[in-house]
Amino acid sequence: MNFSPNLIADLQQMLQYQFMQHAFEAGTMISIMAGVVGYFVVVRRSAFAAHALSHIGFAGAAGAVVLGVLLPWVTPIYGLLAFTIIGGITMTVLAPRAAQRDTEIGIVLAFMLGLGVLFISLYTGYATEAYSILFGEILGISSSSVLLTVAAGLGVILAVSIVYRPLLFSSLDENVAEAKGLPTFWLGVVFMLLLAIATSFAVEVVGVLLIFSLMVTPAATALHLASRPGRVLLISVLIALFSTWVGLFIAFYTPYPVSFFITAISFSIYLLVRRFHHHLKIGPSKAGEPIDHAQPGP
Amino acid sequence: MKVIEAEALSAGYGENMIWGGANFSVDQGEFVAVIGPNGAGKTTLFRLLLGLQRPLAGSIRVFGAEPERGNPRIGYVPQAHNIDEQSHIESLELVRLGISGTRWGFSLFSQDDKRAALSALESVGATELAHRPLAELSGGELQRIFLAEALVSSPDMLLLDEPLSNLDMRREKDLLRLVNGVVRSRNVTVVLIAHDINPLLPYLDRVIYVANGKVASGRPEEVLTSDRLTAMYETSIEVLRDSKGNVAIIGIEEGLGDK
Repeated sequence: MNFSPNLIADLQQMLQYQFMQHAFEAGTMISIMAGVVGYFVVVRRSAFAAHALSHIGFAGAAGAVVLGVLLPWVTPIYGLLAFTIIGGITMTVLAPRAAQRDTEIGIVLAFMLGLGVLFISLYTGYATEAYSILFGEILGISSSSVLLTVAAGLGVILAVSIVYRPLLFSSLDENVAEAKGLPTFWLGVVFMLLLAIATSFAVEVVGVLLIFSLMVTPAATALHLASRPGRVLLISVLIALFSTWVGLFIAFYTPYPVSFFITAISFSIYLLVRRFHHHLKIGPSKAGEPIDHAQPGP
Repeated sequence: MKVIEAEALSAGYGENMIWGGANFSVDQGEFVAVIGPNGAGKTTLFRLLLGLQRPLAGSIRVFGAEPERGNPRIGYVPQAHNIDEQSHIESLELVRLGISGTRWGFSLFSQDDKRAALSALESVGATELAHRPLAELSGGELQRIFLAEALVSSPDMLLLDEPLSNLDMRREKDLLRLVNGVVRSRNVTVVLIAHDINPLLPYLDRVIYVANGKVASGRPEEVLTSDRLTAMYETSIEVLRDSKGNVAIIGIEEGLGDK
């Protein structure tokens, strides 16, 4: 493919290919999911849970590949979903409080990765599958996978719109939310389910190892740009979308992997915002003011 | 009207009683301090009032009924908040969640909760902090925001767990004056856990003293006397007063409350 200075023509040329259409459709939905769920990941300080779930998903995907030898309809996404959901719920049950959950997450992670090792040894022809799960393979996505991704994305958006305020409240101020009668444990379970689903699909784009670039980096960047949850959420989604779209576009015209470009773009935005956010802050808060650390916080 | 009534109340976890045989009551509109050594079971009392924990024995009634989690008449400020330098959310939004955070579903256009949040911020003198991220606030400013978060749903009773820890003396005084203003102007009952009773003495209607497995309650000058505490704890306890009216309780040591 030849890249020309006419970007519109380039886009038209790229979107003539069905695999690029699929990649854009799935990538868009996944970026929205990851941007939204990623915001709660950052607010709940659950980055380690996101990391662990993606790796647990790797074991699940490996299991699905093994099972797929017997049952051809079993694709890696089912294994990803099953393992991340089971892993996420186990973590919540073992450590109901969102804070200080790291130990339990690590313990569940280690066990389920152990299963992954077993599955890999059971299936000898595994290397290429493993590579695509580790680093993503959005360009090979089938139309039925796109449909499944869209359905999952709509489900995640619907669920978040129902639990939005209680989940935000229990993420920010769990003790008060509990005293106010919110089901903080079940909200934790709902969060883990959303995280499991978003992670499983995001693995298709950027892979297990690069999941943070869609799941954490956009939301963490957005936090520097706004201080109202609604705006942060929107900016987080926009950064995830921008990274994915531009990543796909560049990858189409170069011989290098999509997931590299997506991670590089989202990281670059993060660095730029870290450097310049005092000039960019959206909303009325007074940026650039010295932080008063005279009093230690509680 | 009695807002809290405890009869032969015992509290603890499982088999372990932390304190027992407590009888006390609190009237509407009173400013009450809960004091006592670390680990004596002051926060446990709050957990009973909030319905987060059941009594081991005896009865406790809040607004004439058994405590139940999620009572909208109670505003609560816990000791621990997960606020740190990563909390970029602005104050107004946290206060707003104090009223909208228990509502399911989405509401893009309702501004009622925002107005309520702004007026709660105004009542704690924190209007100018509304759009500042929590991460940038000092300890004293944060306490005012938490107070607004608790007040935003217009509760009849406030439970404040150690709001004075981490504050220097001047900010401690400012916060107490503010809380006292809430008690007197809105007829809200405030129960406040504190480590040191002295800064509170000018404002208090009642003190609940929790130590060594027992609970004493009454007006401060009634309860905090050598005779009363000595009789209650069956060990020699002295209450000393200096020329400014500050009290020191000698004989109950830190840590004894754990037993």
